Amino acid sequence: MATLHTKSAARAMMAPAVIALFVWMIVPLALTLWFSTLRYSFYGIDTPFVGFENYTYFLTDPRFLSAFQNTLILVLGVLFVTVVGGTLIALLLDQAFFGQSAVRLLVLAPFFVMPTVAALVWKNMMMNPVYGVISQVLAALGLPPVDWLNNYPLLSIIIIVAWQWLPFATLILLTSLQSLSEDQKEAAEMDGAGPLSIFFYITLPHMKRAITVVILIQTIFILSIYAEIFVTTGGGTSSSNLTFFIATLIQLDGDVGTASAGGIVAVILANIVSIFLVRLVGKNLEA
Amino acid sequence: MSAITLRNVSKRFGDVVIIPGLDLDIRDGEFVVFVGPSGCGKSTLLRLIAGLEDVSGGAISIDGRDVTETPPARRGLAMVFQSYALYPHMSVGANIAFPLKMAGMDKAQIEKKVQGAAATLNLTDYLHRKPRELSGGQRQRVAIGRAIVREPNGFLFDEPLSNLDAALRVNMRLEISELHQQLKTTMIYVTHDQVEAMTMADKIVVLNRGRVEQVGSPLELYEHPDNLFVAGFIGSPKMNLVTGPFAERNGARTVGIRPEHLLIDRSGGELTGTAGVSEHLGSDTFIHIRLDDGQSLTARAPGEFRLNHGERVGLTPEAGRLHRFDEKGAAIR
Ligand SMILES: Nc1ncnc2c1ncn2[C@@H]1O[C@H](COP(=O)(O)OP(=O)(O)O)[C@@H](O)[C@H]1O
Ligand SMILES: [Mg+2]
Repeated sequence: MATLHTKSAARAMMAPAVIALFVWMIVPLALTLWFSTLRYSFYGIDTPFVGFENYTYFLTDPRFLSAFQNTLILVLGVLFVTVVGGTLIALLLDQAFFGQSAVRLLVLAPFFVMPTVAALVWKNMMMNPVYGVISQVLAALGLPPVDWLNNYPLLSIIIIVAWQWLPFATLILLTSLQSLSEDQKEAAEMDGAGPLSIFFYITLPHMKRAITVVILIQTIFILSIYAEIFVTTGGGTSSSNLTFFIATLIQLDGDVGTASAGGIVAVILANIVSIFLVRLVGKNLEA
Repeated sequence: MSAITLRNVSKRFGDVVIIPGLDLDIRDGEFVVFVGPSGCGKSTLLRLIAGLEDVSGGAISIDGRDVTETPPARRGLAMVFQSYALYPHMSVGANIAFPLKMAGMDKAQIEKKVQGAAATLNLTDYLHRKPRELSGGQRQRVAIGRAIVREPNGFLFDEPLSNLDAALRVNMRLEISELHQQLKTTMIYVTHDQVEAMTMADKIVVLNRGRVEQVGSPLELYEHPDNLFVAGFIGSPKMNLVTGPFAERNGARTVGIRPEHLLIDRSGGELTGTAGVSEHLGSDTFIHIRLDDGQSLTARAPGEFRLNHGERVGLTPEAGRLHRFDEKGAAIR
C-alpha cells in the first residue's frame, strides 16, 4: 500500500467482506446476549427480563465445572498427542524409503473422514469391549478386555479426536521439517552433534513456528468438539465439554436463557484461552 | 596439524560416476585449492573428505590414520559451507559456542574461547545478534569463527566467498589467507574462480569431470600447464589457443599464448590480423584481434594503448612463452 490512493482503494475492496463478517458475527452475538438476560424456556410462555440470573444458574451448576475441566483436558490431551505424535511421524516420513508417497497419502486419510463417521467407527469397530479390535488384540495377548467408553470416556474421546487431527499436525510439521536446510544438519554433524542433539538444538527450534500454528488452529477446533461426544458417550458429566453441556441445556432442559448465558461465558473463556495462547506462543510467529 | 591422503577415492550417485578414482596428497599445513568448472565434483570431493558422503571406493587417511569409515565429527576437520549454514535461532555467540558445547566443554572455558574467536574476527560487538541481523561478510566470519574455536586439524571451505559482493570478496580472501598464516593449519578450499585459486593457494588441484587434470603451485600451473584444459582454465584473460599453419610451424597441433605474452606491432609480425574492440582498464589494455584466418586472439598491452577498430596489426609471441599441445591436448615439452 504505497500511496493514499491504493490505500483507500484497498479499503473499498475489503469493505464488503469485512462488513459481511462483522454482521455475521455481531448479530448472533447480540441475540445471544439478549437471550441470556431473559427467562426464556421452551416450556414457559413469557420471556421476562431477569438480568444476570441465568449467569448465576449456569456458573453454579455442578455440571459447569466438570464441563470446563473436561474441555481443558480434551484440548490439552489432544494437543499433546498430536504435536508429539505428529512430530515423530513427520520425522519418520521425512526419511527416504520405498513407497514413501503412498504412505504419506495413507497417513493423511483420517483427516478426510467425517467426525461422526470416525467416532462411530472407533466406537463400534475399535473400542467395543466384546468384538472391538483393541479387545481382540488384548485378548490375543492374554489381557482382559477394556470397556473404553464406559470406564475411560474422556480418554476415549481424546484418542478419537487425536486420531482425526494427527494427519493435520503431521502434514504441517512435515512441511516444516522438509524446509530445514540439509546444510544446517550437516554443519551440526560436523560440529559433533549426535542425532538427539541435532533434533533438540536444530530441528525442534526450526519447527517452533509450525508447532505454534498447529496448536493455535487445533485449539480453535477442539474447543468446539461436539459430534464425537454425541456419538460415543452421549455426554454426561464425565465426558461433556462446554460446547456439549450448553447444547444439553437446550436439548434436555429446554432452557434457552441459561444456554445463552453459557454461550457468553464460553466465548469469554475461549477468548481468555486464546489470549494466553497467543501470548505464550504467538511471539514465535514473528519473523 | 594433519596431512590428508586420498587413495583411489571414487564416488558414484546411483549409476552416475562423479569421481572415477582419484589420488591426492595434501601435506600438513598446506593451503590447497580445488578449482574447476561448476559441476565437476569439487564439493563432492570435499564432502568425501569431510565424511558427509560415503566413498564408493578407495581410502582416505588423515595423518596416516584411515578415516574412510570414521563419522565426520571424529575426523577433526571443520567445514565452512557456501550457505554459511549458521543456526538461525541461535545468537552469534551461541553459534560459535555450539561445537564446544557439543564437546562437553565447561561454560567458563567456552566463554573464553568464544570471546577469543570473536576478537580475532571482529565480532565482539555482535555476539548477541541473530545471524539474520548481520551482513553477508559478518555471517561469513561467524561461520569461520564456529570453525576455528574447535581448533580443528584442518579446515574445509566450500566456495565460501561466492555469496559476497566483489569488494568484500577481495577482503575476505585476504582475511582467510591471513588466518592460514596465523594458524598454519591445513586448509582445503573449493572454488570455481581461478583468481581465488591463484591468489590463495600453496597448491592448486585442477579438477575436470571428477578427474585431477594437474596439481601444482599457482606459478607452475601458469607457466607449465599439462594440458589444454588447465591452459584454458588458469589465467585471466584466458590463454589464446591457435591452430593451423602457425601451430604446425611450431611443431604442435595447438599453440597457446597468454595475452600478456603477445607483442603488438603495427608494422607486422608472425601473426597478422585486424584489431577489434579494445578494453581500456587504465593499468592495461586488452585488445581483441581477429587473425586473417578467422581465429580470435586477445592481447594485453601494459598501460594505455591506442589502436583503432579495424586497424591492421602484427603479433609476435614472446620468445620461450609458447605452450605447445599435441592432438590429445597434452603439453609437448
Ligand atoms: N546427492 C547427489 N545425488 C546425485 N547427484 C549428485 C549429488 N550431489 C552432487 N551430484 C552431482 O555430482 C556432480 C558434481 O557436483 P558437485 O560436487 O556439487 O559439483 P561442484 O561443487 O564442482 O560444482 C553434479 O553433476 C551433481 O549433479
Ligand atoms: Mg559446489
